[in-house]
Amino acid sequence: MDLILETLGLAASAELLSLNPPGWGGNLLRGLANSLQIAFGAFGFGLLIGLFGASGKLYGGVVIRDLLAIYTTVIRAVPELVLILILYYVGTDLINKASQMLGYGRVEISGVVAGIWVLGIVQGAYATEVLRGAIKAVPQGQIEAARAFGMPPFMLMRRVTIPAMMSYATPGLANLWLIATKDTALLAIVGFSELTLETRQAAASTRAYFTFFLAAGALYLIVTLFSGAVFARIEKWARRGQPSLRGAHK
Amino acid sequence: MKTKALVALGLATAMMTTGAASAEEVKIGIAAEPYPPFASLDASGTWVGWEVEVIDAICTAANLDCVITPVAWDGIIPSLTGQQIDAIMASMSITEERLKTIDFSDPYYNTPAVIVADKSMDIAPTPESLAGKIIGIQASTIHQAYANAYFGDAAEIRVYQTQDEANQDLFAGRIDATQADSIAMADFVGSDTGSCCEIKGPVANDESILGRGVGAGVRKGDDALRDSLNAGIAAVLADGTHAEITSRYFTTSIYSE
Amino acid sequence: MTQWRALLQPHRIVLMAIFTGLVIWCAFALRWDWVPQYAPLAVEGLWRTIWILILTSVLGFMLAIPLGLAQAVGPWYLSAPAKLFCTIIRGTPLLLQIWLLYYGLGSLFPQIPWIRGSELWPYLRQAWPYAVLALTLSYAGYEGEVMRGAFSSVNRGQLEAANAFGMPRFTMFRRIWLPQAIRNVLPTLGGETILQLKATPLVATITVVEIYSVSSRVRADTFIVYEPLLLLAVFYMMIAGLITLLFRRFEEQVPKR
Repeated sequence: MDLILETLGLAASAELLSLNPPGWGGNLLRGLANSLQIAFGAFGFGLLIGLFGASGKLYGGVVIRDLLAIYTTVIRAVPELVLILILYYVGTDLINKASQMLGYGRVEISGVVAGIWVLGIVQGAYATEVLRGAIKAVPQGQIEAARAFGMPPFMLMRRVTIPAMMSYATPGLANLWLIATKDTALLAIVGFSELTLETRQAAASTRAYFTFFLAAGALYLIVTLFSGAVFARIEKWARRGQPSLRGAHK
Repeated sequence: MKTKALVALGLATAMMTTGAASAEEVKIGIAAEPYPPFASLDASGTWVGWEVEVIDAICTAANLDCVITPVAWDGIIPSLTGQQIDAIMASMSITEERLKTIDFSDPYYNTPAVIVADKSMDIAPTPESLAGKIIGIQASTIHQAYANAYFGDAAEIRVYQTQDEANQDLFAGRIDATQADSIAMADFVGSDTGSCCEIKGPVANDESILGRGVGAGVRKGDDALRDSLNAGIAAVLADGTHAEITSRYFTTSIYSE
Repeated sequence: MTQWRALLQPHRIVLMAIFTGLVIWCAFALRWDWVPQYAPLAVEGLWRTIWILILTSVLGFMLAIPLGLAQAVGPWYLSAPAKLFCTIIRGTPLLLQIWLLYYGLGSLFPQIPWIRGSELWPYLRQAWPYAVLALTLSYAGYEGEVMRGAFSSVNRGQLEAANAFGMPRFTMFRRIWLPQAIRNVLPTLGGETILQLKATPLVATITVVEIYSVSSRVRADTFIVYEPLLLLAVFYMMIAGLITLLFRRFEEQVPKR
C-alpha cells in the first residue's frame, strides 16, 4: 500500500488525510458528521413545515393560502446564503428577546439547532410545493371513499393520503435531501464547523488546498451516491403494487 | 494580592449588576477561520495559539467560566449583538467605528499594521508606491478600512474572507501586496509559503482607523463583563502570565501602554 | 381585469395594508442613511451580478446541449464521461467547487514558474474568470441532465421522417431535434435560471465584487446588519421576478400543440 502511494506521489496527501493527528482526516469526518446531522434535522423540520404548508395551501382558508404563497415565493427567490444570514442573526436575536421579555433569560441556541432551524425554513418552502403536488396527484376518489366511510381527518391523512402520495413525493423529496446536504456547506459562511469549514481550516493550515477540497468533494459525492441508492429503494417500496411508470410518460 | 482584590471587586460588581452573570458560562467568540499564530485549529480539532492561551489566562484570573465559541469573523459583531456570544476576543482592534456599536475592554496587545509583498518587488508602504497595484485585505478588519481610505483611490483592493486566503493569493501571485497585522505577517513570511515575500514596513499610523490596540469586545451596557475582563487583563499583565505566554510564541513583547 | 379584481378581496386589502405598514415602519424605524454613499457601488455590483448570471447561463446552456446529447444517444465513450461530469457537479456543493477552482488551482501556480510570464496571466490573476468557469460548469451539469431528458423525449417518428427525406444529420439536429428539445425544457429553464441567480452570491467568497459583496462591505464599514440584507433580498426578488416574466414571454411565443 505504502509503495503504491509512494510511486504515485500521493504519500504526502495520504499523510495529510490520515485519521489521526497530524492528519486532518478525523476533522473532516467530524465535519461530515455535523453536516449530516444538520441536513437530517433540516430535512425533517422542512418536511414537517411542508406537510402543514401543503395542507394549508390545499385546504386552508384564503388568508392562510396567501401567506403561504408569500412564504414559498420569497424563500424560493432569495439566495440561500442571504436567507441563512438573515435567519441566523435575526432568528436567534428574536428568540432571545422574546424569552427575555417573558422573563426566562437567555436561551442557549447551539450551532446545530440554529443550522437546522435556518435550513429547515428554507427546505420547508420547497417541501410545501413537492408535497402539495404529490397530494394533488392522489386520486380524489380514494380520499372521498375514506371520507364516506367516516374516517376522521387525521386517520385519513395517516392511512390514505400519506401512503398514497408517497410514490409521487419520493423523487422530489430525494432531490430536497440532496439539496439539504449540499446547503449545509453554506453554513461555513456563518462559521459553523461542518465539512466545508473544516476543509477550509485544514486547507488553510496546511496549504494543501487541492488535496483537501478534492477529499471533501469525494465525501460529499459518496453521500450523494449512497442517498441516491437508498432513495431508489424507498421509491421502489413506495411504488409497490403500482403499475410500472417506465415509458408511461411517452 | 492586589490583583486578587481587583478580581474580587470586578466579580462583586458583576454580581451586583446582573445577578447571574458570574454563575453562567461566558461565551468567548473567536474567529472560526484560522488566524495563526493567535488562534488556529490543530489537526486534533482543538484551538491553539497565543490568543487562546491568553483568553484562558484572563478568564482564570477573572474567575469566569469561559467557553471558546468559533464564529465567522465577518459576522462576529452581529453574533455579539445577537447574543450568540458574550465577548469577542479575536484580535479585534479598538476603533472609533466599532465603539459606536460595541464596547471594549482595555487592550491586551497592540501591534502595528504592515504591508507585505513579494521580495523581488520594490514596494514601500505608502499610497504613492502602491498606486496601480493589487492589494489583498481581510474583510471587516481595520486593514480594510485603512486600505480603502488610503490606497483605495489608486490601487485595486481585493477583499478576502480570511487573511490566510489573502496570503495564499499573495503566494500564488494573484495580488501584489497585503496589509495585515505585523505579528501574523512575521509568522507568515517565516513559513514555507511565505518565503516568497517580506515585510515592506509599517503603514503610517492613523489611530482613528487603526485603533489603539486589541481588546475584548462586549455588548454595550454589559459593564459587568467588561469590568471583570478588565480585571482579568490587569491581573495577567501584572503577574507575568501575559509575558510568559508571549515569550513562548514571540521574541519581542507585543504589549505596550 | 380579473387579475386586478382578485387583488381587491377584503382579506387581500388587509394583507396589503399590513404589508404597506411594514414597509413604512422599515423605512422610518431602520437606518437607511448609508444608502446614498453606497448607491454607486451597489449599482456596479448589481450590474456585475446580472452580467455574470447572463454570461454563465448562456455558456452553461451551450455546454449542456452536447452533454445532454451525449447522454441521450451518444456511444458509451461519450455518454459515460458526460454522465460522470453531471453526477460530480450535482453531487458536490457549488461553494466547494468554486473554492477548489480558485484556491486549489491557485495553490499550484507557484510550482509552475513560467505561468507568470504567459499571455494568460493577467486573466489568471483576476477572480472573475474562475467565478464564470465554476458557475458555467455548474449550470451545464444541472442543465445537461435536463437536456438528456428533453432530447430523448422528442418523438422518434419525426427524426425518422426527416431522415427519410434525406435531410443531412446536422440540419435535422438544428431544425427539428434541438428546437423541440428546447421547447420541452422551456418551462423548467426559468426555474433553473433563478437557481443560477441564487448561486451567484457564492462568488463573493473569491473576491468577485457583486451585489452581495457590496452588502458585506456596508456591514463591515458601518456595522449595520439587517438593513443591507433586507435590501439585498428585495433586489434578488426583483431580478427573480424579471426572470419569471421574461421566460413567460418566451413561452408565449412558442406555439403550443
